[in-house]
Amino acid sequence: MEKGNFEPRITAFVCNWCTYTGADLAGTSRLQMAPNIRIVRLPCTGRIDPVFVIKAFERGADGVIVSGCHPADCHYTAGNYHARRRFAILRELLIFMGVDPRRMTFSWVSASEGAKWRDVVNETVERVRACGPFEGWRSLGGGLT
Amino acid sequence: MTELRELARKLLSDGQVKVVIGYEEGPRGVRPLFATDGAAADRLIFDERCVQNLATYLDRRRVHVARLGKPAIVAKPCDVKAVAGLLRETQLKREDVVIIGVRCGGVLADPKSLQRLGPDTMADRCRTCETREPGLVDYLVGPMPEAVRGQSGRDAKIAELDAMTPEERWSFWQKELSRCTRCQACRQVCPLCYCDRCMADKTEPQWIESSPHPRGILAWHLIRAIHLAGRCVDCGECERACPVSIPLGLITRKVAQVVAQRFQHHPTDDPSVPSPIGTWRSDDPQEFIL
Repeated sequence: MEKGNFEPRITAFVCNWCTYTGADLAGTSRLQMAPNIRIVRLPCTGRIDPVFVIKAFERGADGVIVSGCHPADCHYTAGNYHARRRFAILRELLIFMGVDPRRMTFSWVSASEGAKWRDVVNETVERVRACGPFEGWRSLGGGLT
Repeated sequence: MTELRELARKLLSDGQVKVVIGYEEGPRGVRPLFATDGAAADRLIFDERCVQNLATYLDRRRVHVARLGKPAIVAKPCDVKAVAGLLRETQLKREDVVIIGVRCGGVLADPKSLQRLGPDTMADRCRTCETREPGLVDYLVGPMPEAVRGQSGRDAKIAELDAMTPEERWSFWQKELSRCTRCQACRQVCPLCYCDRCMADKTEPQWIESSPHPRGILAWHLIRAIHLAGRCVDCGECERACPVSIPLGLITRKVAQVVAQRFQHHPTDDPSVPSPIGTWRSDDPQEFIL
């Protein structure tokens, strides 16, 4: 597959209370968006272990989205603040190890921001499409082909 | 040296401790010593060849050491930071260890080289270390060393990697990591890798493949770095223990730089300073979040 001419496979880890509901709103509002994402719903961004992101790439994801409640809006008060620190480090570590930063999207999407979710998804898909398939990690073997 | 030996003798004869964990001259260079009596205490040494971080022996799960009884530990400033880490994370009670701090002007990059300590022969991590005298100690021994400073080759290498394209960095690391045999020496030697059951050993589900396969190797080194983020004291033991010379110090140093820059946290010998992971501020930088 050529760069810019393939359908990226993107895994989205989202929190139950804000982004998942926001994505649901995008759906019920009939907003058109790229069909390239697979959503994994978790209770909170604080529940998203960095190893999930690693596993997604291992199993053939070309890009990853992590999204949850805006700061101060966490259903569990502080889960997103913990996640913010964790993913700040994970992101810079993955970049240091050679992952293109365009393959990782982090966002705050509230339950009422269906349109923002559509934009996050569409923009991420286009960024990852421009990167091309993630041959690096995929060539380590074991992923879906 | 006499100061250290006399102190160790006194601690042992008073019954304050049952074992003094320190360094001795071995047949192939300096090695750890577990002195349980005065005669053994007379073999204690400390100099710039004492690179090992003995704090790893304070893990109570190391039963052969724990069985000896209450320990005193000879600790350089970076080693004391590791002890502080164990205290901070309630792996150790302060009254269960006597800390003999040694003033340190840096250790040799290659302790077997018989070189004199200088800006070029010094271990890279020591070239940027600011701490000459450890805090948190019960006793402090040794003369105040002069501050020998050098240029950090490691920081230069990190800057060089940062300037590369992602593909170039990826192939650099794949080349380095391809030597990894998953022997887990980096984990076993680390004073702060103390989990009863490491995530890398779990099989249900298996998050990290255990075989020396490129996929599992990458996942292991990523997770190791993540789990040490904000906790690593930069004692350099992982890199020293690595039998295939993977530059693990580059990874831990990079993460430390990120933690310092984003969260203003630096490794410290004060156990009351909270770890940057597990705490947060509402105004943490979030320029990377849409």
